[in-house]
Amino acid sequence: MSITHAAPPRRWRGEGRKALLWMSPWLIGFAVFFVYPLAATVYFSFHRYDLFTLEFVGLDNYRYFFHDDRAWISIRNTLWLVVFMVPAQVLFGLAVAQLLTRLKAGAGFFRTVFYLPSLVPLVAGTVSFVFLMNPSGPLNQIIDLFGITAPDWFGDKDWAKPGLTLLAMWGIGNTMMIFLAALLDVPKHLYEAAAIDGAGGWRQFRSITLPTISPVLMFSTVTGVIYALQYFTQAMIASRVAAGVTDSPGSAFVPGYPELSTLTLPQWLFHAGFRDFSMGYACVLALLLFAASMIFTLVLLRRFRAFTDDEGGSR
Amino acid sequence: MHRRFLTFATAALTAAALTACTAGKESAPALGTQSKPSGSASLPATALELWHGFSAPAEVKAFEDAIAGFRQKFPQITVKLVKGVQDDQITQAVRGGKAPDVASSFTTDNVAQWCKSGTFQDLTQVIRQDGIDLSVLPEASRSYTEFEGRRCVMPLLADAYGLYYNKALMKGSQPPKTLSELTELTKKLTVRDADGTIKVAGFIPSFEYYENTASHLAPMVGAKWYNPDGTSAIGSDPAWKQLLRWQKELVDWYGYDKLDKFRKSLGQEWSADHPFYKGKVAMVLDGEWRNAMIANEAGSLDYGTAPLPVADDKPELYGSGFTAGTVIGVPKGAKNPQAAWELVKYLTTDTTALVTLSNALRNVPTTKASLESPDLKKDENFQTFIDIFGHPKTSTVPSSVNSSFNQEAIQEFMHQWEKGSVKDLDAGLAGVDKRVNDKLKLSGG
Repeated sequence: MSITHAAPPRRWRGEGRKALLWMSPWLIGFAVFFVYPLAATVYFSFHRYDLFTLEFVGLDNYRYFFHDDRAWISIRNTLWLVVFMVPAQVLFGLAVAQLLTRLKAGAGFFRTVFYLPSLVPLVAGTVSFVFLMNPSGPLNQIIDLFGITAPDWFGDKDWAKPGLTLLAMWGIGNTMMIFLAALLDVPKHLYEAAAIDGAGGWRQFRSITLPTISPVLMFSTVTGVIYALQYFTQAMIASRVAAGVTDSPGSAFVPGYPELSTLTLPQWLFHAGFRDFSMGYACVLALLLFAASMIFTLVLLRRFRAFTDDEGGSR
Repeated sequence: MHRRFLTFATAALTAAALTACTAGKESAPALGTQSKPSGSASLPATALELWHGFSAPAEVKAFEDAIAGFRQKFPQITVKLVKGVQDDQITQAVRGGKAPDVASSFTTDNVAQWCKSGTFQDLTQVIRQDGIDLSVLPEASRSYTEFEGRRCVMPLLADAYGLYYNKALMKGSQPPKTLSELTELTKKLTVRDADGTIKVAGFIPSFEYYENTASHLAPMVGAKWYNPDGTSAIGSDPAWKQLLRWQKELVDWYGYDKLDKFRKSLGQEWSADHPFYKGKVAMVLDGEWRNAMIANEAGSLDYGTAPLPVADDKPELYGSGFTAGTVIGVPKGAKNPQAAWELVKYLTTDTTALVTLSNALRNVPTTKASLESPDLKKDENFQTFIDIFGHPKTSTVPSSVNSSFNQEAIQEFMHQWEKGSVKDLDAGLAGVDKRVNDKLKLSGG
């Protein structure tokens, strides 16, 4: 038995065309800036491509990936940043914002102080931070005053990623400002009602503040995760400064100093494409990064939806 | 039918769009395809753009001075210099069809890839046309400027690596000629506190210390990088093991942790706080350019230079060392390739130009005539590097499409070895071979 569909009325087809026409600027942009680059990346991932010559190699680039230890190390490091750096950054940003809402005097001054680091250019900020935290630098001298042996932040593989996390927390200005705006937007009467009902500070935070700012929390977490998956500049600069490398002849720079502990997936991708001229393989890594970003974003969106539903309000 | 046609047309357009961007644009005739101009005046008036990596004011001025002679010879050609350009900018410019007429690079690591992919034009024909005798260049310089018979760049200035020693700390000892002499002297010159903390190091054997890279150290033992078929020879050449075992013995004598702590306490390599200037290290491996830096930053330092010590069982290597240097060529798509070649030829073969550059930058000039020129400023310490450069056993990292990757692979292994994380040296070196060979396959080698 065959199923036949009736053709849409002529009037609807005409309106469909009109809708397409109005949507065309967006559709063209979508095709040029999203579909085409993605299709090109998939296409090149099946080729040996040194930016000039192209040769079809089938799945060779994908097979190489499974034997590339550095790719797996870079994935582990990137995941570490997602799991530890993003929560640290979000929680610290939220804590600072919460603190600033309570300030009676000097709020403007402290808002400026906490926001300022995010205005510092990434490279300059990273270089300064590495010097600040070098083994004999000011931070370690302060730690030493308390009788604690300070770590070699960017020279020890166990401390390099926590060092980068501290750097990220130092630059939470933008996140903090978004949280501050959201916190100031929470209706005061809800707190007053909760206080009358005998709710303490923590209970008020959990039952009023968190659900109210959850869209902002979700935004910060999702953008934080995407940012962590694309983490490049700070890791690259910090490792180069800490290693004291040179570009003199015969001085190949091993990325991820110390001992590959700061090698992130985007760095390895860049290295494969622009240092080793293996653009086809770099496309495989780019696709992996794209897939990871999509999965993380979808999972987070689902989790947040479940969280807001649990709290009794779907947004 | 209509839908099928649309699908086909979309697929065809997509494929065309994807493949179209893979071919670099070439807007001008390639070098060697035009007849040779009869004299300097026969070249038409034109403007050339030269990209180079120098950025310090003194370096930029040196380049301007070196080009002054070319401007006199070809008054109808104007040359615009663009400073501080990196290799990836050159590659991207050629890829995007906006190549300069002439480009130079500080390192030789990308030469193989540039030659293979045609990023730089093959100079073989114009070199032959102009009757240039390349035998005036040392073999190492010839080898790092070509790949698989395609000469796509010329050597501009060279670097050579040797041993610097602090005469006061040496206390009359002569610089070591063998690795065992280096070990012995290192132990003699090292000063420690009662708890073993290093105060002055005779020689720092760490592979993480400044210029102690695999490529600079390999000539000390005559270690080979590749087999004739381009695969890695690191695991099979016993010279690498000889180097690593010698190094580890000296690291262990210091104590890895103590040496690491001392290394990290030292000043920056490119600052006036360099530990060699401050008398914290008696002997260091460094390039000839350090002479100029010492003159500027530590003029009162009493020091000497010598070739690097070599393996005890290979005395014939003594006097040789590592060399590489700045290279220059005509990128694909250069607007004025013939005039660009004249500029490259002038900068790399004209004695006055090379001597002017060398005197200003204190790098080794590359041709025999410039090395013997009475105008070349030489002293005893600089002469050491000229001799190393001219030594028949002086070597370089042979051209490979994965040059950076391969050097990083061994370097990374050396760090692990130094720390004591490698239990089986043979297996570890075999692992380096595998990484290099797998990457070679991926690159189509």
